[in-house]
Amino acid sequence: MSSFLPPSERNWWSTPVGKQEVLWIGIALVWCLIMFFMMPYWHIYGKQNLSNEAYQTTAPRFQARVDEMVAKYKIGEEAGIPVVKPPAGSDVYMLGRLWQWYPILELEKDQSYRLHLSSMDWNHGFSLQPVNINLQIIPGYEMVITVTPDQAGEFTVVCNEFCGIGHHLMLGKIFVKEN
Amino acid sequence: MAQFRVCPDSGFFFDKSAEGLMKANAVAGAVSLLIAGLLGLGVILTRWQEVHLLPADVFYQVLTGHGINALIFWIIFFEIAILYFASSTLLRTRLAAPRWAWAGFALMIIGMVMNNIAVLQGNSSVMMTSYAPMQAEPHFYLGLILFAVGALIGCFVFLGTLVIARDDRTYEGSIPLVTFGALTACIIAVFTIACGAIILVPTFLWSIGYINHIDAAMYRVIWWGLGHSSQQINVAAHVSVWYLIVGVLFNARPMSEKVSRSAFLLYILFLQLASAHHILVDPGISSEWKVFNTSYAMYLAVLASMVHGLTVPGSMEVAQRAKGYTKGMFEWLRKAPWGNPVFSGFFFSLIIFGFIGGITGVVMGTEQINIIIHNTIYVPAHFHATVAVGTTLTFMALTYLLIPVLFRRALFLPWVAKWQPYVFSAGMTLMILFMLGAGTLGVSRRHWDMDFTGAALAFEYPGTAYTMMAVAGIGGVLGVLGGAMYLLVTVGSLLFGKKLDESAGLLQGFGFPLAPSSYNITQPERLQMAPKLTVEEHGSGSFEAPGTFALALALLVCFVVYYYINWDYLASVWPLS
Repeated sequence: MSSFLPPSERNWWSTPVGKQEVLWIGIALVWCLIMFFMMPYWHIYGKQNLSNEAYQTTAPRFQARVDEMVAKYKIGEEAGIPVVKPPAGSDVYMLGRLWQWYPILELEKDQSYRLHLSSMDWNHGFSLQPVNINLQIIPGYEMVITVTPDQAGEFTVVCNEFCGIGHHLMLGKIFVKEN
Repeated sequence: MAQFRVCPDSGFFFDKSAEGLMKANAVAGAVSLLIAGLLGLGVILTRWQEVHLLPADVFYQVLTGHGINALIFWIIFFEIAILYFASSTLLRTRLAAPRWAWAGFALMIIGMVMNNIAVLQGNSSVMMTSYAPMQAEPHFYLGLILFAVGALIGCFVFLGTLVIARDDRTYEGSIPLVTFGALTACIIAVFTIACGAIILVPTFLWSIGYINHIDAAMYRVIWWGLGHSSQQINVAAHVSVWYLIVGVLFNARPMSEKVSRSAFLLYILFLQLASAHHILVDPGISSEWKVFNTSYAMYLAVLASMVHGLTVPGSMEVAQRAKGYTKGMFEWLRKAPWGNPVFSGFFFSLIIFGFIGGITGVVMGTEQINIIIHNTIYVPAHFHATVAVGTTLTFMALTYLLIPVLFRRALFLPWVAKWQPYVFSAGMTLMILFMLGAGTLGVSRRHWDMDFTGAALAFEYPGTAYTMMAVAGIGGVLGVLGGAMYLLVTVGSLLFGKKLDESAGLLQGFGFPLAPSSYNITQPERLQMAPKLTVEEHGSGSFEAPGTFALALALLVCFVVYYYINWDYLASVWPLS
């Protein structure tokens, strides 16, 4: 009952701690440290890490970069959205806006691309399915990640940050082709 | 002159002014929970794709209201009641500045009503997080600000009450562990509300046109100082309530005051770093910052929770063993009062909070693993395990204790109360596990239509994702039923429960004379320190609580296995750098 009464000892700080608690604290602390060092370990040896590369930008500036890429490398259209095939290893751009991911990208398997992402209006969520890579896309910020698709096929970008009434209409595509 | 009564069943003393405030805050909390639960039913019946109850605009509106009422109003009203209980009742002192406390309560009510009206009007369906630059109506933010100011007043009344108790020497030695835990919650609350003010005041000014720009990334960083830290108030508060419940039900004492208090201290020092959990895949924030903050500086707050996970059931086990339940590893647990909702509610919340809420929280808060989890329905699954079961079920269990003690009423429909924790836990656990599964398959949170009806492009989730969302729907409905049972018992008890004037023989009375409950005491006699143990138990060679230690090891095994399963899953996605 002393959980809600003052401790039975005035100097409760210097009463000895039971073996069981000491052992558990030791085990838990070791586990906490292992979990902590897993993160830097993965930065060095793991293959899935986000870069720290990001820039402040504005909607018109980012839009201009996207338009430039679309004009240069457009190879077709799907549902009114241009399909773009930029060269392997290049900088590729995708923007999120109400309620669309633009444009559709066609990438080559096992090639690396510097993918630039930004939003034209509100927060959006870049959720690549079925791979399940999820990134927060924030207006005014341009995020750059190097991505290496290691599967061929059709992949969908779902918006998974609430962005208003048409949120569920907001889909994008990335096609990955065998080279 | 302060007026006290002693509860003849529990021996707790109630200051008349504090008592009224505890009742008012608890009732306001229950009303918020009613709103939250009804809205939650709308949410889960829409996410269950075969039912898909609400149209998109109503769904987002209902989801906004559900989040705010459940995560902010219900919990904080109830926590203010706990703060007053842990200070004035546990320390046998008058409450500091009851008029200020009532003013704070009034502000919280005004804020709650104002915010709910804003959401109801339909132009503030911005979710609980209200990420700028998506904008709500000004009174949406103003309601939250007023509510926070009211809660801040409550925190200062609590702190003032501690000072009065100390000055009046109403207790001997140090404050009890439960009060210490409540103090932890209060300190975290002050930090939380400060973050809330820093971000919501400018956002309010922006919504009325005085400021023309709110940086979207900055908003997220500071808002989560409010959004996540407010959940850490809950952790500190419900862990304190766990200690209170094992004390009341089993006469349990902490295994070690030093260990339990140090664990609370770690909460104060590190828990608020967790706002980082929400911005692990945001642009513009460095990996070093993310790694340090997301791990609460090397997981020291996780360590604290793991310590409480041992010492709360451990102290119960020690007390039970002292009563003679010593057979095998688990007789102490088998012979626990499983039919008493105070116990079953507490114990289920402990297990589900630890095994599901705790483990998933650490896993998804790992910097890189967050890539496969961020904003999927895994996230709400996690915080339903921590808040909707951990905190909410703990507060429900505490309510069953407080109805006779604070309100002096017998429980209405006791058999409903007896089954309520079982129904609520079963339903919520079902919902949580299947939402975790659906999240792993990439199903998005805060999303009206997983069929993407009407979208220019098409996408289909795998069939298992639909099955999982349907099972989660069934679990959610069952959970809402459990919530309704709780409200039926509480509201029924206050309206129709038998009035208890004399002792009802419900609790042991903690050795105090059982007298009629009336305000005839001006100052209770000073609270003595807990009696010393006759046998020196601490520091002895043997394990005092082997059953609990086995449970703790089981938790650790689940933790390690699940943690590495997720690294393995992460390793299978496209390389990113």
